[in-house]
Amino acid sequence: MNQTIIKLLYTLLGLFIVLNWGMLMGATMRKIVARLAGRYGIPIYQPWISLINLYTKRTSITHGMMFYLGPVFRLGGGVGMFLFIPMIFGSEHFSNFSWSGDLVLILYFQFFGMLGMALGAGEGGHPYSIIGISRGLAQFTTVEIPMTLAVISIAIQYNTLSITEIVAAQQGSIFNWTLFTNPLATAAAMLSLLGIFRHAPFNLVKAPNEIPIGPPTEYHSSFLGVLRTNNAILHVVEAVLFMNLFFGGATNWIELIVKSFFIYFWSVFVGVVSPRFRIEQSVTWFLKIPLVIGILAIIIFI
Amino acid sequence: MQKIIDKLNTIFEISDIIEDSSNFSFLTCKKEQAISMITHLRDIEGFSHFVILSVVDWIEDEKFQLTYILNNPDKKIDIAIRVFIDRNNPIMDSAHHLWQHVATYQRELKEMFGIEFPNSPRLNESFILEGWDNIPPMRRDFDTNKYSEETFFPREGRTTNDPSEYMKNKLYPDEK
Amino acid sequence: MSENDNKKKNTEDRFLAEENKQRIVISPEGEEITINPLEDYFCDERPEIVAPKNKVVEKFLNWARAESLWVLGFGTGCGSIEIPPLLTPRFDAFRFGVQMRPTPRQSSVIIISGYLAVKTLKRVIRSYEQMQSPKYVIALGSCTINGGMYYDSYNTINRLDYYIPVDTYVTGCMPRPEALLAGFNHLKERIKAGKAEGANEYAEKFDWYKANQKKIIKDWNMPDYNW
Repeated sequence: MNQTIIKLLYTLLGLFIVLNWGMLMGATMRKIVARLAGRYGIPIYQPWISLINLYTKRTSITHGMMFYLGPVFRLGGGVGMFLFIPMIFGSEHFSNFSWSGDLVLILYFQFFGMLGMALGAGEGGHPYSIIGISRGLAQFTTVEIPMTLAVISIAIQYNTLSITEIVAAQQGSIFNWTLFTNPLATAAAMLSLLGIFRHAPFNLVKAPNEIPIGPPTEYHSSFLGVLRTNNAILHVVEAVLFMNLFFGGATNWIELIVKSFFIYFWSVFVGVVSPRFRIEQSVTWFLKIPLVIGILAIIIFI
Repeated sequence: MQKIIDKLNTIFEISDIIEDSSNFSFLTCKKEQAISMITHLRDIEGFSHFVILSVVDWIEDEKFQLTYILNNPDKKIDIAIRVFIDRNNPIMDSAHHLWQHVATYQRELKEMFGIEFPNSPRLNESFILEGWDNIPPMRRDFDTNKYSEETFFPREGRTTNDPSEYMKNKLYPDEK
Repeated sequence: MSENDNKKKNTEDRFLAEENKQRIVISPEGEEITINPLEDYFCDERPEIVAPKNKVVEKFLNWARAESLWVLGFGTGCGSIEIPPLLTPRFDAFRFGVQMRPTPRQSSVIIISGYLAVKTLKRVIRSYEQMQSPKYVIALGSCTINGGMYYDSYNTINRLDYYIPVDTYVTGCMPRPEALLAGFNHLKERIKAGKAEGANEYAEKFDWYKANQKKIIKDWNMPDYNW
């Protein structure tokens, strides 16, 4: 019992570090994009101030129970993903609650957050939210396909479904990474990563110039605060998942910070120079090359 | 241009022909013959582009003067047809069957001047003003300054600088 | 007395929209019911005054609110052409914490840029009442101060602060982006000093504001308070 409580406290500490690093990483990315455009960009501490601003608004409008539960589901998806991914390999404190079959659970949590958000935004009563949700769900369904195929491929390769063992198999030298032993699966997953992080060219669902912001149209004050908190956590957690699966995991916090920065940077790098796809274009894009690469990645190991 | 006007002179009754430039002329036509003359110009003479329909309020003569301007894109000439209608009972035949966008001009004139165009589509819908219950505002007997002072709350302390008075005081300070 | 009532009913009926009239419909169960949309569908809640917290906490919160101003992207008049240059690299407004948001639910500042026709004022009131407290208003140009160039027009308002509470006026016709940035700075100082309580002022003098608005907007086919 005592051990569980101590583990819980360490998990909360890990969550706090991840939250702050997520906001700092988001601000740094926005600053990089701004410098590319010749501007100075937002101050580094801007996400914290926006969060304080949102949580301390004096009024808020609720549309019913499901509207309130939408961001809760989304935050549940994000924190749920965090709870089952080992952050630091080899550290007893920061391995959270990972166990033997957690890879499938992670994939479930990814989709669960989006669904809960869709139910909540539909309750908001705004017709544009519903258009945004249908677009978001359509896009996310095909984004997950190359990712799932890549996960199946490395599950067959390493003969296990536990992330800790996958990370353990990649230790040793840099050439043990899945990047070099299974490049097809890595390619499929990195292409699917562009859709998960929702930068250009796949940012039609949430872009403010489109039908206003899509699913979070009606969300405001603390609801929007919860959604933004979840955004910060989710970015780091996705990057850490990819780092564990394909890039050798991390043995201390510095390595985790550096690797997750570069994995997130890949999607920003593609996004700065790309225009935006329409939904039907982005849905069919994922069903062309990434699907073929994913299927090839599985066939090689059968 | 002169040939077209001569031909029109044989068919309809026109008066007050003013030649503004070599490719722009003004005619004045009777109210009952105006729509048939415009149809003749559109179908036979080739003035297939409708430019504008506008109104001048002659309050002293108690008349509205409607001006239809048409354009011939092949020969690149314009012609303007003036029609005088009575100000106290302003009804004019509609021309929306010739060009579809004339209905919009007629809607605007109905709201701003009060001219009726029977059977024009969507004539009674409000065009720009919502909730307007005064006389049509573009008529010259509507005092817009007085209406603005009464309805909206003007801020006191407003001064105006009339340029002619300012220059007169500056250049000729002795004269009164 | 009955003649006055009849006359009032006649003018009310003239501008009442089709969907707001009292009528008989067939309910989903199949029976005929009378609905009166003005009473059944429109809510008649009034805004409430939400007092600020104690001094020290409120000072910190006001500092946070001033550093992150989310502006509603609603260009009401000709002054809204001065807002896109603010987001370009020359006058970068992002480093001041100013961002544009598309919905009134998520924004805290509304910029009234220029003249307000009666038609636009109805929509601005609707957007302003949907914003969450605390909310601020910046008025650009001389048309919001005393009517400006359109002071004698039959369709534009003369004084903006008789309809919604205003925090900052920026003079000019139109003010240049540097002037607009100075206006943002003035608004920030006002927020940090604790004087920008426009939402509470709106709730206090709600009847006066509503009477002014209803005097000029005659086809008021919406609830009194559009929250």
